[in-house]
Amino acid sequence: MRGHEPRSSSSCAACKLLKRRCTPTCIFAPHFRSSDQITFAKVHKVFGASNVSKLLSEVPEEQRQETVNSLAYEADVRLKDPVYGCIGAIASLQKKMLELQHDIAVARNRLLAHNAAGGVNNNNSHLLVSPLVDDASQLAAFLDLVPYSDLMLLDGSGLDAYLFDIGQPPFV
Amino acid sequence: MNPKRCAACKYLRRRCPKDCIFSPYFPPSDPDKFSCIHRIYGAGNVSKMLQQLPVQTRAEAVESLSFEARCRVQDPVYGCVGIISLLQTQIQKTQTLLAKTQAEIAVAQTKHSQHTYL
Repeated sequence: MRGHEPRSSSSCAACKLLKRRCTPTCIFAPHFRSSDQITFAKVHKVFGASNVSKLLSEVPEEQRQETVNSLAYEADVRLKDPVYGCIGAIASLQKKMLELQHDIAVARNRLLAHNAAGGVNNNNSHLLVSPLVDDASQLAAFLDLVPYSDLMLLDGSGLDAYLFDIGQPPFV
Repeated sequence: MNPKRCAACKYLRRRCPKDCIFSPYFPPSDPDKFSCIHRIYGAGNVSKMLQQLPVQTRAEAVESLSFEARCRVQDPVYGCVGIISLLQTQIQKTQTLLAKTQAEIAVAQTKHSQHTYL
């Protein structure tokens, strides 16, 4: 009986779809198992196998699975929403964020009014002064990249369809 | 060579036909836009994607593809998905903060009504 040499029956999903021999050094094999051909099919349809191969070769090996995960997500969203792709998701999330900021401001004002009426010196008021975002500079940089008016693309419906399962380890 | 070639045909070093699918969206004045999209998606894929869309939606599609491609060039591991993750995290934190604030309001209301009653 042979050892653990790969045979054609253990081709990765990429090589199966591309109908080629899967070598031991195949860049796709660790990340596109033969049991999940759908993921590679989506990624290939949107980005193309050669572009994915180039992208993977440009990132350190330990980050390739994360790269594949994000490419798979982008491809999936793009196939569901061919016009806006992930930008639709970003627009919806940003709209949600703005709504929450508004709600926080309203709640804060109510609390201050209550405390003022009760003669309470609210020493915790600093908790209400957001930085609502810890990574404000990152978000600001993003908003500079895409003007706000351009992001109001959706009415916020179907937000759930775009959400990562952030019960999973987040990408960042 | 025809100086009026679109940025895509210039990049691909080919003639730009009158019905070129790229030319309305890739003016020659912005060569980086197409080169970035080509690097991430490839000309063939973009052409196929655009062909499958109604004409009136293609401009928006190109802009979103361009944005995503730029994000991926800047962050090869996460691309624009990093922004989505960041926004989701921030939304979670903001929802927690809102819940805390609303709880504080409830406490303040209770104290106020007790004080008024007494």
